[in-house]
Amino acid sequence: MARTDTLAQFPERRLLGLGARARGLGFYGWLFLAILAAGAVVLFRRFTGGLGAVTNLSDTWPWGLWVGFDILCGVGLAAGGFVITTVVYVFDLKKYKPIVRPTIVTAFLGYVLVVVALLFDLGRPWNIWHPLVMWNPRSVMFEVGWCVTLYTTVLALEFSGMVFERLGWNRALVAQQTATLPLVVVGAVLSTLHQSSLGSFYLIVPGKLHPLWYSAALPIIFWMSAVCAGLGMVIVESRLSSRAFGRKLELPLLGDVGRALAGALFVYSVLRVYDIVARGASSYLFDGSRESFFFGLEFALGALLPMLLLSRAPVRRSPNGLYASGLLVVMGFVVNRLNVSLTGFEAAQGRTYVPAMSELVVTLMLVAVGFFAFGQAVKWLPVYPEEEAGHGQKERPAPVLLAKAS
Amino acid sequence: MTTTAKIPTTSQRALLIDVKLCIGCRGCVGACQEAHGLPVDDTATELSAKALTAMVDVNDDVHVRKLCMHCLDPSCASACPVSAFKRTEAGPVTYEESKCLGCRYCMVACPFGVPKYEWHAVVPAVRKCDLCAERGAKGLPTACSEICPAEATVTGTRDELLALARKRMAADPQGYFPHIYGEHEVGGTSVLIMSPVPIEQLPLKLGLPTTAMPNLTWAALEKVPGVVTVGGAALMALFWVTHRREEVSAAARKESNHGTH
Repeated sequence: MARTDTLAQFPERRLLGLGARARGLGFYGWLFLAILAAGAVVLFRRFTGGLGAVTNLSDTWPWGLWVGFDILCGVGLAAGGFVITTVVYVFDLKKYKPIVRPTIVTAFLGYVLVVVALLFDLGRPWNIWHPLVMWNPRSVMFEVGWCVTLYTTVLALEFSGMVFERLGWNRALVAQQTATLPLVVVGAVLSTLHQSSLGSFYLIVPGKLHPLWYSAALPIIFWMSAVCAGLGMVIVESRLSSRAFGRKLELPLLGDVGRALAGALFVYSVLRVYDIVARGASSYLFDGSRESFFFGLEFALGALLPMLLLSRAPVRRSPNGLYASGLLVVMGFVVNRLNVSLTGFEAAQGRTYVPAMSELVVTLMLVAVGFFAFGQAVKWLPVYPEEEAGHGQKERPAPVLLAKAS
Repeated sequence: MTTTAKIPTTSQRALLIDVKLCIGCRGCVGACQEAHGLPVDDTATELSAKALTAMVDVNDDVHVRKLCMHCLDPSCASACPVSAFKRTEAGPVTYEESKCLGCRYCMVACPFGVPKYEWHAVVPAVRKCDLCAERGAKGLPTACSEICPAEATVTGTRDELLALARKRMAADPQGYFPHIYGEHEVGGTSVLIMSPVPIEQLPLKLGLPTTAMPNLTWAALEKVPGVVTVGGAALMALFWVTHRREEVSAAARKESNHGTH
């Protein structure tokens, strides 16, 4: 019991909804409940008064925060799922195996939350299945609909292994493991398709999207940035869960992820700069406009700075250095997606869009539910390999990090 | 690859809007609302779910209608994941409400900013001009052209109307700006606009390409089969190579272990 209390000192633990029960819900517990309650109120109004009752969406701004963040960022930040599984099972880099499961959990929860967000944002969510039967192969949205449906199924199957193992359903587990390779390959192909297609959405609006972001290369840029963001998330989430669960951080391993991420960021940065220069849009880079500021923010925060940091070995050997770099990549990625979906449209639409408080509440709710669900998954399922033995209510092996920190 | 079957435009319904002839009476705005069962309020200057056509008074003499342009290759129809939008054989670009899931990609995609949404409806729909498709099936002109007292809006086939526009321009070359808006914009539209003043002075979207917008997304979509086959095969091949290498080295290790023992 004493150990639980010590563990509770880590705020990350509370963030994942794993605060010490003995002392009541605690700050984060109450905060979580408050966010859920506020979200429920907003959603009630949304489904009784229409999207206009709770959002600042309009005929000028048909897509807002829920598309720009909940969906575009949600899908992109879950890209670690296909990157890490492909690296481990196809490239056969077995040393990354310890992070496969947490990455799959992140990706699966991410996609489930994206689908939930979609149910809030769609005008007629009860028709969400229509693209499966009413086809339009010329539509990017149709392709994304199919890919997300299929890939969420793939992730559910990849996730199911942890459930089977926990339940001791060995035959199901063996069957699931036999299907690993096809699942990974199909998952990589589906992810490549829809991660890039989220960028293809915007190919049809050359007159509306600012030249700093409109490019025929949007699909490639979206795919590449999702790979970076996925790797960034792997680092962030490893750090968060190691602190929350008192696990040892797989430092050398994450250092290698960091090095790969530096390489990916380099390729991404070269791609972005080349694209902008080749299109003759470089004059917009430093014109002092709102767009140039937000582009600079996105690029410095999410690409240049973490690339420089991660290119240095001492940073890759330091938990804080890795964590900060991963966070920067994730934040820069979020700014990029909001730039493409919101900032880049402002000039053409002639007015700005600022999300309503109720839109923020729903987004916050989804993020909070994501944190909570991840915590519960790690608590109840064999997500981390060293916890496979003696899982559940039994005592876990004494955490190394804790000894050092306390 | 062209993505749409080439539909002959000779027999297809279209509209010609002649800004020079328009007297700004706003009859079209109200007649449209009446024909579509909407509350009549002819003051609309912006399109909305309640005004499928609107009118902008540029000055006392120049009045410009806003409405769906009915593209020959519509962005909305290519964007819609469930084919709720389609360009019909008869010409109008129509919207089938029962298919719609409310993703609103049509609104993002439309180069003219035409589709509007029922933001406060519990069961919302997209609203836009349907070129009076139902009236057209009965052989009637659109409600807006029927009520127009000045022949500023005329229903006809696209070819007829282009010929008519050129005839009017030829008869009065000083009176018209030499551009028929919609003839080539985004690959051509079924609504054609001619103007006495340079079109730059009208509230029209300018700088649009003369090629159809859906080609832009198709350039990415057409690569999907390649990504699936080549990508899938490449990953499987890579898997085979990496694991074969591992098998070989494992076998070699076994061999050398045997040798030392």
